[in-house]
Amino acid sequence: MENNDINENTIVCVNCPRGCRVRVQSQNGEITNITGYQCDLGIDYAKEEFKNPTRILPTTVRVKGGELELVPVKTARPIPKSRIGEAMRELAGVKVQAPVKRGEVVVEDIAGTGIEVVATRSIALSQDQDNTGKKKETS
Amino acid sequence: MMREHQLVIIGAGPAGLAAALEAEKAGIEDIVLLERDEYLGGILQQCIHNGFGLDYFGEELTGPEYAERFIDDVRESSVKIRLKTMVLNISSDKKIIAINEEEGMIFLKAQAIILAMGCRERTREAIKIPGTRPAGILTAGTAQRFINIEGYLPGKEVVILGSGDIGLIMARRMALEGAKVKGVLEIMPYSSGLVRNKVQCLDDFGIPLKLQHTVDYIYGKQRLEAVDLIQVDDNFNRLPETRERIECDTLLLSVGLIPENELSRDMGLKLAPGSGGPLVNELRETEIPGVYACGNVLQVHDLVDYVSEEAEVAARGAANFIRDSLKKREKEIIIEPGSGINFVIPHKISYQDESRKLIRHFLRVDEPRENIKIVIRDEAGSRIASFGREIVTPGEMETVKLPETLISEGTDRLNFSIEAEGVEENGKQ
Repeated sequence: MENNDINENTIVCVNCPRGCRVRVQSQNGEITNITGYQCDLGIDYAKEEFKNPTRILPTTVRVKGGELELVPVKTARPIPKSRIGEAMRELAGVKVQAPVKRGEVVVEDIAGTGIEVVATRSIALSQDQDNTGKKKETS
Repeated sequence: MMREHQLVIIGAGPAGLAAALEAEKAGIEDIVLLERDEYLGGILQQCIHNGFGLDYFGEELTGPEYAERFIDDVRESSVKIRLKTMVLNISSDKKIIAINEEEGMIFLKAQAIILAMGCRERTREAIKIPGTRPAGILTAGTAQRFINIEGYLPGKEVVILGSGDIGLIMARRMALEGAKVKGVLEIMPYSSGLVRNKVQCLDDFGIPLKLQHTVDYIYGKQRLEAVDLIQVDDNFNRLPETRERIECDTLLLSVGLIPENELSRDMGLKLAPGSGGPLVNELRETEIPGVYACGNVLQVHDLVDYVSEEAEVAARGAANFIRDSLKKREKEIIIEPGSGINFVIPHKISYQDESRKLIRHFLRVDEPRENIKIVIRDEAGSRIASFGREIVTPGEMETVKLPETLISEGTDRLNFSIEAEGVEENGKQ
């Protein structure tokens, strides 16, 4: 985006149900004008979302020997939106050993962001025979 | 053998867990929590996304994290938990029949009961989509359980019908796991989901949202092969010239939730038309004294935080009922939903309670509006309170706190309605 053209991006503010379509004009990546908002929250949101959109990524990873096959996880802090795909591919190869404690670090640095991925649920060890008679796969 | 207990809670999702803890805090010692699934926490355990708890805990949590905070406390409490236990029947004199694999059939008698069974999803049958009956058509919540708990991806090319929050969340989830989500269809002219979910679940992944669209036909013998999309006009008439075939192997339905009230109905409780749950007073007590209802079995909430809070109201009510420390008003106050409002919970105010200063009401409006007031009038039509709102939508439950002091002794009816901003003001803001 290294040119002198004025760009306009529309960003939908997520602060309230109104969902203002905030228009951000920029030149050389610098914001020159913001319109279409109805309160200050809209300006702040649009600035942040324009400069560095980030998201918490919630997903699951596999568990070895647990009462369930999967443990839900999330990034401990929001990661750049552009890294989500890479993070998902990395997490596809992760397998953690049960028992898992909520808050336990599953990956220390996801997709080169320096941000941890943590478990969001505790998973106990599989009991070979629970009283449903079902034997859980632990592969 | 009939075992007697002070309080039996049916369902250990967010409502049941919060009710159990609050009842114990209120001094009830003999509490039994019955849950049909193999773990506590209910639907929260499969809602692995974040966005829970901002109201209740003041921080943003995922569903399992929100659940586990309550579960840890319940495990440390004196509450007796029975998992994998299915309640079959509750009688109006509070006798409960349940089954589980260890004990077989069990019989309980309770002084008070809290109904916290939650809700379930509407299915293809509920909305009657024509076509064949192949595999690959499932509710969004079923798909969510497959993906997040069981570890199966139910399909690769997906169409989602319904743009409520579950539909939006599942669009993102399927996309993250590598499926191609071809679109989310919404028959209404607006999405009923949160704006944040529309942006972060659809826009982030380039998934189109087609408003005023529905599925017109389903194709496929063994597995779903395609669906016909069709546009509807403002009166929901299908416009044949807009029909378009989309190939897909999976159709997810996010077309509404129904409070799960089979047990309540069998007890003889009438269900309210707007909310789909039992009629309740401000303590969430049903028409059977000592039987309470809270959470999604009473009204489908959009925030779990409100479910926890409502469960605590019901639990305090049940505790006071068990201790016989409730004082009835001379006249019950009937709460009526008026113009612009689909329903108000509670349906009536039955008790006197000097200690409380505000009575919280939940309501849902019938369509999106801006710059309005929620106005409460008494039986004479005088305005006793009014609450300004910049924007209301049916997708976001409104709550108002009515100061007890504004209700006069002789009142027996309160009407809630939506009025345009700028109408003369003589109540409290």
